Amino acid sequence: MFDNLDFDVIRRSLPYLFLDGMSFTLMLTGLSALGGLVFGTLIALMRLSGYKLLGRVAGLYVDFMRSLPLVLVIFWFYFLVPYIGQWLTGAARPIRVGAFTSSLVTFIMFEAAYFSEIMRAGIQSISKGQPAAASALGLTYSQSMRYIVLPQAFRNMLPVLLTQTIVLFQDTSLVYVLSIPDFLGAASKVAQRDGRLVEMYLFAAAVYFVISCVASYGVRRLQARIAIVR
Amino acid sequence: MNYNWNWHIFFEPNPTGAGTYLDMLVAGLLLTIKTALLAWVIALIFGTIIGILRSLPSRTASWIGFGYVEFFRNMPLLVQLFLWFFVLPELLPRGAGLWLKQIPNAPFWTAAIGVGLFMSARVAVQLAAGIASLPRGQKNAATALGLTTAQGYRYVLLPIAFRIILPPLTSEFLNTIKNTSVAITIGLIELTGQARAMQEFSFQVFEAFTAATVMYLAINIVVVTGMRFLERSLAIPGYITGK
Amino acid sequence: MIEISHVNKWYGPSFQVLKDCTTSVAKGEVVVVCGPSGSGKSTLIKCVNALEPFQEGQIILDGIKVNDPKTDLPKLRARVGMVFQHFELFPHLRIIENLCLAQEKVLGRSHDEAMAKGQKLLERVGLTVHANKYPAELSGGQQQRVAIARALAMDPIAMLFDEPTSALDPEMISEVLDVMVDLAHEGMTMMVVTHEMGFASKVAHRVIFMDKGEIVEDALKTDFFGSPRSERAQKFLSKILSH
Repeated sequence: MFDNLDFDVIRRSLPYLFLDGMSFTLMLTGLSALGGLVFGTLIALMRLSGYKLLGRVAGLYVDFMRSLPLVLVIFWFYFLVPYIGQWLTGAARPIRVGAFTSSLVTFIMFEAAYFSEIMRAGIQSISKGQPAAASALGLTYSQSMRYIVLPQAFRNMLPVLLTQTIVLFQDTSLVYVLSIPDFLGAASKVAQRDGRLVEMYLFAAAVYFVISCVASYGVRRLQARIAIVR
Repeated sequence: MNYNWNWHIFFEPNPTGAGTYLDMLVAGLLLTIKTALLAWVIALIFGTIIGILRSLPSRTASWIGFGYVEFFRNMPLLVQLFLWFFVLPELLPRGAGLWLKQIPNAPFWTAAIGVGLFMSARVAVQLAAGIASLPRGQKNAATALGLTTAQGYRYVLLPIAFRIILPPLTSEFLNTIKNTSVAITIGLIELTGQARAMQEFSFQVFEAFTAATVMYLAINIVVVTGMRFLERSLAIPGYITGK
Repeated sequence: MIEISHVNKWYGPSFQVLKDCTTSVAKGEVVVVCGPSGSGKSTLIKCVNALEPFQEGQIILDGIKVNDPKTDLPKLRARVGMVFQHFELFPHLRIIENLCLAQEKVLGRSHDEAMAKGQKLLERVGLTVHANKYPAELSGGQQQRVAIARALAMDPIAMLFDEPTSALDPEMISEVLDVMVDLAHEGMTMMVVTHEMGFASKVAHRVIFMDKGEIVEDALKTDFFGSPRSERAQKFLSKILSH
């Protein structure tokens, strides 16, 4: 069954797979998570602000994004980002945008919807007494959010945020549809060039599996520790 | 934005010679629905079995459940589809592999089974949590009446647990529909795939994607409304489930 | 009818919940088990129909060894009725369906037969009008009466009550106790974990007092209330009766 397989192809392409592919994947994951968290928190604050219109706009954005498949969103932004760039810079024609920038914008906008739901749940889980105590001390709304509510919400939700980041890590593989050489894209390129689909895809699967397993084990450990501290 | 909008494009004939661009998109929509429904049936069947295993007191059973869930949760769906589509036929004995490669509609079956198994792990997690949320006494009461473990699950635990997890199951069903679009990578021309094809043939990028977007939103509304109806018709008077 | 001899039970390696418990309940006898919380009385009664496993000793129920791996437990359990502290009616089934489920699935009675039996027992506990309601629509006292009827529907040879009134509001306790008193007068074999000393003095033949997993006192009712021998039982009684 394995007799005509050549696993040496993996060893030969390791530098390309990891130095190019995996670093792209990790960079995209990290920056998207960060950006998604920032925008997601802003969206959550809009939804909870008490201003009807602001809340509705934020809610619509979240519902809209969560109704669409990520693959379609990736296509949307791939074609849309050049026009957005043109509009922002006032250039005469749609500007050229690199694969990384385009994917980063996509994932930040997409993940913001998901992170905002997590942060919203986190903020709502803080007892009403906390902001009340903060304003009793004379803190303004934004001070109370910044120093009292958000840090607690973030802390409580950290395991969920990290779990979502693991999902994001796996989802970045979908940039494959744009022929971008992330980790899977790189593996696929080698696979097709050398005709070694079985070896390369098995290896890619194993790498994703090990990283995700280790990461989710870490999250479970963290969760247990937080549960004890509380 | 210097982009030439042309909303009439939908009614122009598509290059396959069979109907308009709109027909193309509708065919994609139908394929999305068909794939998602089959995947969902698979997800429910396997998810229920694994969910039950995870809730049993037996060490072995819960380990099998845990292993299954970890296996399907820790690999990107795209990679899983590649494994089923490209790798599995090569690893099987020659005859079986050849047979697998020659199945008509291979992308469809691979997508339905691949997405179904991927989602089954998530259904299993939801169901196990639902069962765990039931008071211990319910299981005791079923046992004390002489019901076997299987009967206890069939008549008491599962009917209540499924009612409790109906809201999260709704979003898992929506995820199943959305996830079928990943199968574009193994050549399934579902809704997203047709929109992409239309963009390539007609160069009307935004019209194509707008139409696909509207169709996905419509599916969402239909599913959410339907599930709400189901929730209401299954609601137990006086008993607050979930939420 | 129920023979409990030298039963020892541990939770984990070091925590012993039952220490060498030996007692028996004869046919037609009503035995009340009381004691402070955590004394092991609920655990003991759950050992009788093997809802809780135990490590040492044996329990014989109507001539059948409970802790024998060859014993058909569902069949055995179907022959003893059990009533729980939190009623444990099945929330997704109507009252009458709660009464029929085990009759049909465990005893194999026909639906008509089960319905007839169920109606008769509902009438007996005075709840006929609620037959088609769901448990959550009934008060706690009504639910507990349904739970008793559900157990009686199996034509049990003995009934186990695990603190049947301690989850009830005070004004609902007597309606449940009335049903139990009637049952005792009819000659039902009963083992009742309760703090209701009024019930004990009215219908019990014997009273068992447990503390820290041990059976401290096992006496005829008159002896127990007249002159409990152990200091612990005296203390317990004075605490419970002083209100």
